[in-house]
Amino acid sequence: MSATVTEDTGTGGVVGTRMRRREDPALLSGEARYVHDIVVPGALHMALVRSPYAHARVTSVDVSGALGMPGVVAAFSGTDLAQEWGSPMPCAWPVTADMQAPPHLPVALNEVCYAGDAAAVVLATSQAEAQDAAGAVAVTYDELPAAVDLEDAAGDRVLAHSDLTSNRAYTWELTPDPAAVERAFDGAAVTVKERYVQQRLIPAAMEPRGVCVVPQPFGGEYVVYSATQIPHILRTMLGITAGVPEERIRVVAPSVGGGFGSKLNVYAEELLCLALARRLRKPVRWSEERSEAALATIHGRGQIQEIELAADADGHLQAVRVRLLADMGAYMQLVTPGVPLLGAFLYHGAYDVPAYSFTCTGVFTNKTPTDAYRGAGRPEATYAIERAMDALARKVGVDPAEVRRRNLIGADKFPYTSAAGLVFDSGEYERALDAVLELVDYQGLRADQASRRAQGATRLLGIGLSSYVEMCGLAPSRVLASLNYVAGGWEAATVRMLPTGTVQVVTGATPHGQGHVTSWSMIVADKLGVTPEDVEVLHSDTAVSPLGMDTYGSRSLAVGGTAIALAADRLVDKARLLAAHRLEVAPEDLELSGGQFSVRGTPSTGMTIGALAFEAFTAHDLPEGMEPNLEASATFDPTNFTFPFGTHVAVVEVDTETGKVDLVGYSAVDDCGNQINPLIVDGQVHGGIVQGVAQALFEEAVYDDHGNLLTTTFTDYLVPAASEVPSFSLGRTVTPSPSNPMGVKGIGEAGTIASTPAVVNAVVDALSHLGVEDMAMPVTPERVWRSIGAAAPGTGGGR
Amino acid sequence: MQVTVTVNGVTESHDVETRTLLVHYLREVRGLTGTNIGCDTTSCGACTVLLDGESVKSCTVLAAQADGEEITTIEGMAAPDGTLHPIQEAFREHHGLQCGFCTPGMVMAIASFLKEHPSPNEAEVREGLEGNLCRCTGYHNIVQAVLAVSREGQLVS
Repeated sequence: MSATVTEDTGTGGVVGTRMRRREDPALLSGEARYVHDIVVPGALHMALVRSPYAHARVTSVDVSGALGMPGVVAAFSGTDLAQEWGSPMPCAWPVTADMQAPPHLPVALNEVCYAGDAAAVVLATSQAEAQDAAGAVAVTYDELPAAVDLEDAAGDRVLAHSDLTSNRAYTWELTPDPAAVERAFDGAAVTVKERYVQQRLIPAAMEPRGVCVVPQPFGGEYVVYSATQIPHILRTMLGITAGVPEERIRVVAPSVGGGFGSKLNVYAEELLCLALARRLRKPVRWSEERSEAALATIHGRGQIQEIELAADADGHLQAVRVRLLADMGAYMQLVTPGVPLLGAFLYHGAYDVPAYSFTCTGVFTNKTPTDAYRGAGRPEATYAIERAMDALARKVGVDPAEVRRRNLIGADKFPYTSAAGLVFDSGEYERALDAVLELVDYQGLRADQASRRAQGATRLLGIGLSSYVEMCGLAPSRVLASLNYVAGGWEAATVRMLPTGTVQVVTGATPHGQGHVTSWSMIVADKLGVTPEDVEVLHSDTAVSPLGMDTYGSRSLAVGGTAIALAADRLVDKARLLAAHRLEVAPEDLELSGGQFSVRGTPSTGMTIGALAFEAFTAHDLPEGMEPNLEASATFDPTNFTFPFGTHVAVVEVDTETGKVDLVGYSAVDDCGNQINPLIVDGQVHGGIVQGVAQALFEEAVYDDHGNLLTTTFTDYLVPAASEVPSFSLGRTVTPSPSNPMGVKGIGEAGTIASTPAVVNAVVDALSHLGVEDMAMPVTPERVWRSIGAAAPGTGGGR
Repeated sequence: MQVTVTVNGVTESHDVETRTLLVHYLREVRGLTGTNIGCDTTSCGACTVLLDGESVKSCTVLAAQADGEEITTIEGMAAPDGTLHPIQEAFREHHGLQCGFCTPGMVMAIASFLKEHPSPNEAEVREGLEGNLCRCTGYHNIVQAVLAVSREGQLVS
């Protein structure tokens, strides 16, 4: 299937065009520097001694064997380092007042709680020597029973920490009107009750993590290079946790090779490099290896979902009720407990549902901690409602597209106040559904499906729909406060013109593949009437950009981009006053076009913004009270989230004799509001789709009964390759958001949110005539083959 | 042991530990950090370079095995005046990269692939790239970039 891409939506400037990325030459030529590429003379290399047990008491740690190894400079147990910490590792989202959070130290003191938990650390003059020596540290473990299975852990048969009395960390409920929910289920003509497992996923950004801390011992300062999405949050948290005054820490995120949420955290290795650089007064660095990343970097998903729908006889939804068990893993990382809450408001999907109930219990297990992974809570919610909608369609006896159409929130209902209490900003959900059905020739696909079935074909066709709405642009600080999140959601920006008329933009957003430099320079170029090449974007270094809330939750454009646009507007306002002064006209008589302020009606009289920048720099003749230079700052904290939406259609072929599933076509119509650069939007959708397809068909972090992670390499954790996915056919509708002045929404996670249920629905759809109604993820050939055999013996599959 | 390797046209001799992998030699001895390391099982392809014109994963070749050989890394692809190689240019034109970490390996693998398959169809491109993982792009635009380069026959140079 070939791609259809949206046309440029130009506004006369560069915004809305498919401008090629300014980041690319450095990345394409090998010139870009990731943390591992930064050369620091004299740096010591750190290696961690990680627990091979999921749960054990550490009875002794003897580092003497390591200290005798070549190149080894120091080695420490958790006890040796206990005095380094001002507080345990941070969790910024204690979702309830009584939430349990066992203390989490970078190196465990006397109990390790997952395979990979650190028991000791070694420093040597090379990475190889450090790794060799880590094997010579003698740790004596007294193995304890491990809580591995999530439901079993919820029953407290085995405790994940010996000082907990229950594995249950918290229970969080959102049921605005319990009586309405009860009434709806009591009176429902049709009910659906489904149970889904969100398997654990390993984020697997292509660049593993890395840290390098360079101390300036005599000044008391530290430069922290880290492959992180959050240099600003990291600086604050490093200061608190390591007991270093925050202003003495400079965090730099150089080129960062993808994150997907996995680098939205404060990790043990970052704290250790800082504390050990302080202790030894030498640079300390650590480079994560891939198999180490599987254990030591957060996992995503890990939920068991129970969803119930109440509907009338025609399939109109009356209520949605959800109960979740969410696997926290062994400890609370930065936002571990809050991830399910990001989906808590969205289990009714894009549908008009009058009554709603959501309850989540967070449970500790002896596994790698979970945390935000692309979509964070919203893919899980969308999966549950979209799978359940197909179940409802089967029960009511209507087409999956029709059951969605009957329930989508109407375009006339916006702003729409949901039963969960959110206000959806804007949407034309049915238009996106119609557009994608036309794009894929839905009726034609259904005819092909029917004809294959009639012929008894062994390659069956399945068509899966997924209509979604998500909340992003993570943001409104007051709303985040109401959810017990301890930080805000604003973003800061400064725009300044230099004496020669070029522009610097300073942003708190922190790109790691999203093309921010391109998009931000496009926004500012149009505002000031300069070219994007005249705009330099400064980011990801707290010395250059001291204020920021960083990049996650598809927030960078809607919040950070808006702050930049507002700062540019303020700069223009000041330039206008200066131009009015120099041209001796009233400010309101000036218009700005193509970078030139001209007097209305007398276009020959004017000054360029570049010339004004120089006048503001020399400050020889400024209006009374005006400060020199053209520079303006803004901090944007929106009053609402943004709500992108759309419908995706997956087309699969299922081989009934082998169970193999081939994704043969995929189409998506997304609405992310106004677009700055549709080229970049397309790329975000493509990548997002494949990350969701990966969950549907390929990926799972598999643990054995003892809590050993079995999928620590790319040979057993199956990140899809080019040969496993098709090309995509994309369309877009544009419904501007009223949540911000540019009318933008966000597109970083939409593909991942939509695609997982589309693909699994397609597989079930292919086999539904055989009686198959469910399919666990990842949809492996074995699972498909067994399902066919169980549902319809003699039709090809087996048990 | 001593190895003599020509990298991007420059021949140098160095003493290395016998266990030194080619990728570590390139990054640490030759200072060419464009070649990235993304895994430890020869699965991801981020470290792909050309050894006598053929793509190899440099994490699976010892520096000793490259003794006397010619290596091309991503740093050797653009012209001395900074003009990007047609594959690099196609990646930019078709937005075939996001975070850029897999990109050097992708570009080198494609250079080798297109030499062997000058006019591939989409399925052949996808099969040809299955040794190189990308987590950002969903491969769509990478495939478009490869097809565009092959259509334009720009690789004769």
